[in-house]
Amino acid sequence: MGFKNYILVCGGTGCESSRSDQIYHALIDEAQNQGVADQVQVIKTGCFGFCEQGPIVKILPEDSFYVQVKPEDAKELIAEHVVKGREVTRLLYNKAPRKAYEEVEDIKFYQKQKRIVLRNCGSIDPENIDEYIAAGGYKALEKVLFEMTPDDVINELKVAGLRGRGGAGFPTWMKWNFTKVAEGDEKFVVCNADEGDPGAYMDRSTLEGDPHSVLEAMTICGRTIGAQHGYIYIRAEYPLAIHRLEVAMKQAREYGLLGKDILGSGFDYDIEIRLGAGAFVCGEETALLQSIEGHRGMPQPRPPFPANKGLWGKPTVINNVETWANIPQIIDNGGEWFASIGTEDSHGTKVFALTGKICNSGLVEVPMGTTLREIVYDIGGGIAHGKKFKAVQTGGPSGGVITEENLDTPIDFGGLQRIGSMMGSGGMIVMDEDDCIVDVAKFYLNFTVDESCGKCAPCRIGGKSLCNILEKITQGKGEEKDIEQIHQIAKAMQIGSLCALGQTAPNPVLSSLRYFPHEYEAHIQDKKCPSGKCKKLISYEINTSKCIGCTACARKCPVGAISGEVKKPHKINGNVCIKCGVCKETCKFGAIEIH
Amino acid sequence: MAQNIFSDELNAYLAEWKDKPGNLIMILHRVQEEFGYVSREAADEVSRQLGIPLATIWGVLTFYHFFKLNKPGKYNIQVCLGTACYLKGGDIIIEELGKELGLGVGGLTEDGKFSLEAVRCVGCCGLAPVMTISGEVFGKVAKNQISGILDKFA
Repeated sequence: MGFKNYILVCGGTGCESSRSDQIYHALIDEAQNQGVADQVQVIKTGCFGFCEQGPIVKILPEDSFYVQVKPEDAKELIAEHVVKGREVTRLLYNKAPRKAYEEVEDIKFYQKQKRIVLRNCGSIDPENIDEYIAAGGYKALEKVLFEMTPDDVINELKVAGLRGRGGAGFPTWMKWNFTKVAEGDEKFVVCNADEGDPGAYMDRSTLEGDPHSVLEAMTICGRTIGAQHGYIYIRAEYPLAIHRLEVAMKQAREYGLLGKDILGSGFDYDIEIRLGAGAFVCGEETALLQSIEGHRGMPQPRPPFPANKGLWGKPTVINNVETWANIPQIIDNGGEWFASIGTEDSHGTKVFALTGKICNSGLVEVPMGTTLREIVYDIGGGIAHGKKFKAVQTGGPSGGVITEENLDTPIDFGGLQRIGSMMGSGGMIVMDEDDCIVDVAKFYLNFTVDESCGKCAPCRIGGKSLCNILEKITQGKGEEKDIEQIHQIAKAMQIGSLCALGQTAPNPVLSSLRYFPHEYEAHIQDKKCPSGKCKKLISYEINTSKCIGCTACARKCPVGAISGEVKKPHKINGNVCIKCGVCKETCKFGAIEIH
Repeated sequence: MAQNIFSDELNAYLAEWKDKPGNLIMILHRVQEEFGYVSREAADEVSRQLGIPLATIWGVLTFYHFFKLNKPGKYNIQVCLGTACYLKGGDIIIEELGKELGLGVGGLTEDGKFSLEAVRCVGCCGLAPVMTISGEVFGKVAKNQISGILDKFA
């Protein structure tokens, strides 16, 4: 039985926050009211990725891509599109009749993307296992159970050259193989869904949009390494993803795809959810295992690696959500197919959360080797509000900045490392000319200081000391010797810290020093903040040629720092001014300038 | 012995998880779900039922940001300070909320109505800057919208 129209409503967290749930119900109600309930199927899907334009509604088979839809629009969508077969032009992306955008893929945001990990996000109902199966799901598991030996699976991953997507890029097949050959009466499979990088939501969207892909991959791993238990360690801050995982696990059990004797193969395997509790360090694998065991999430020295001594001392494979989501596709299409995508150093695709001062914020998946310029300008649509590009931060609090001169660097594990940043888990934050690079470095360090578990001194003390120096610099109290001291402390942290959190914590400072030395100098020597962000280093002044003396600013100033006669240029008393910026917001003539 | 302050459901949850390895964090989540925070009395009760020393429980509670030791307001305001929100002025939102409510981060209004928290990334970076009030998400928040948003919860 077919429907005339399929209406896909984005049920990602971003769109749900903009009332997509109400849109979903409104569409169902309207279809009922207008007597076409039997002609349409309304489906709530995972994230479409184009979060900037959300909430998104897509209607098939016409492939109409409606953006920024409101619950009130449901009536019109059903009446026009479904009943009369006419598109609602005003809600289409670019508001033009369909000729201009024949296919959704033609929208510039999607043109350069290639969706492997996110293949089902935005096209299937994540709470319905039948849709996952119809899209080819669980075929890979069947193949692994009945046609492949564990060594075949590992070999396929080796041919594919899949590297861990959590940040470090360790070859997945090696991890699996180490665990497979490790001695142990019991082994475990763990999914790291503790997405702690502030400004990144790739894993959340994958789990919300396609939870079965992760369950299937973890089951394949269990079969391959000889484990019977899997754990998904997920942030408690992701209630929607947790809910969809729970639904997916329940359905998989009902279908005999989890539990005893999976598909009659004699293989027993099940998965449990364990909640994180807001600790960034738990993204580190040994800390994560501690947390699953119910302890404080303190990293442990490696070796022994989890492949030999992991959860409860047993051999354990830990992979990140995105890594898992690639695996069923690799088994389905073969390792060579996967290896044909990307660069020599890094195969496949990478999902990025493109955010910050960019026109098209959203979730993007591109083949490895795509340049940053393509991501920022072609997919991202460039910098918002006509501002000038300054830098992109990848790798979050462990990564670094990438500047204009390196925008054409192909993105892969090696390429990003060579220019002083790192792949990281996929956060990609765009900064414009208004962002102070010293302030951003301070932001990241504050974060790592906050999140340091405190176990080892280089991280605990070093991080705080670095932070203090940056604070001093942004307060206008920086000295020449501070730069040297930053380098010394950073080095000690890199060498002496136990885990990656401490080792990489200085990266944002070091990379911004490398690419923006003049900005640090301006703060230290000239006591100026070029982007006007550091309050202690700026002053508000009135450009007398622009001021018409309307007195609006003087009336708004909370401390009475502005004086002057009506219709004559006003003046700000710098000694009284608290730099709140109200005057600048109030002035309609652009007469208030930051110096 | 102190009176058991847990609901029947919570006690049943504890009984179910009592013998599972690595149960402590899951149980504390469930306790917080019931009370909105984990009080000293609740931690005592968990300690008694599981036979885990209170110090161990307190160690875990204070390690993880998610666990709260104080009762939150009727409406808990969370302002996202993930990177995207920070760049787009999340700190200004906090400042403005602070002024409106006379609160610092981590504070609670005298009438117990609002509490204010800074959180790391709620995962809606496309909507930055973001704040949530008791779970309801407000995206692309501008400074001048704040008193209007608060009025909705008056």
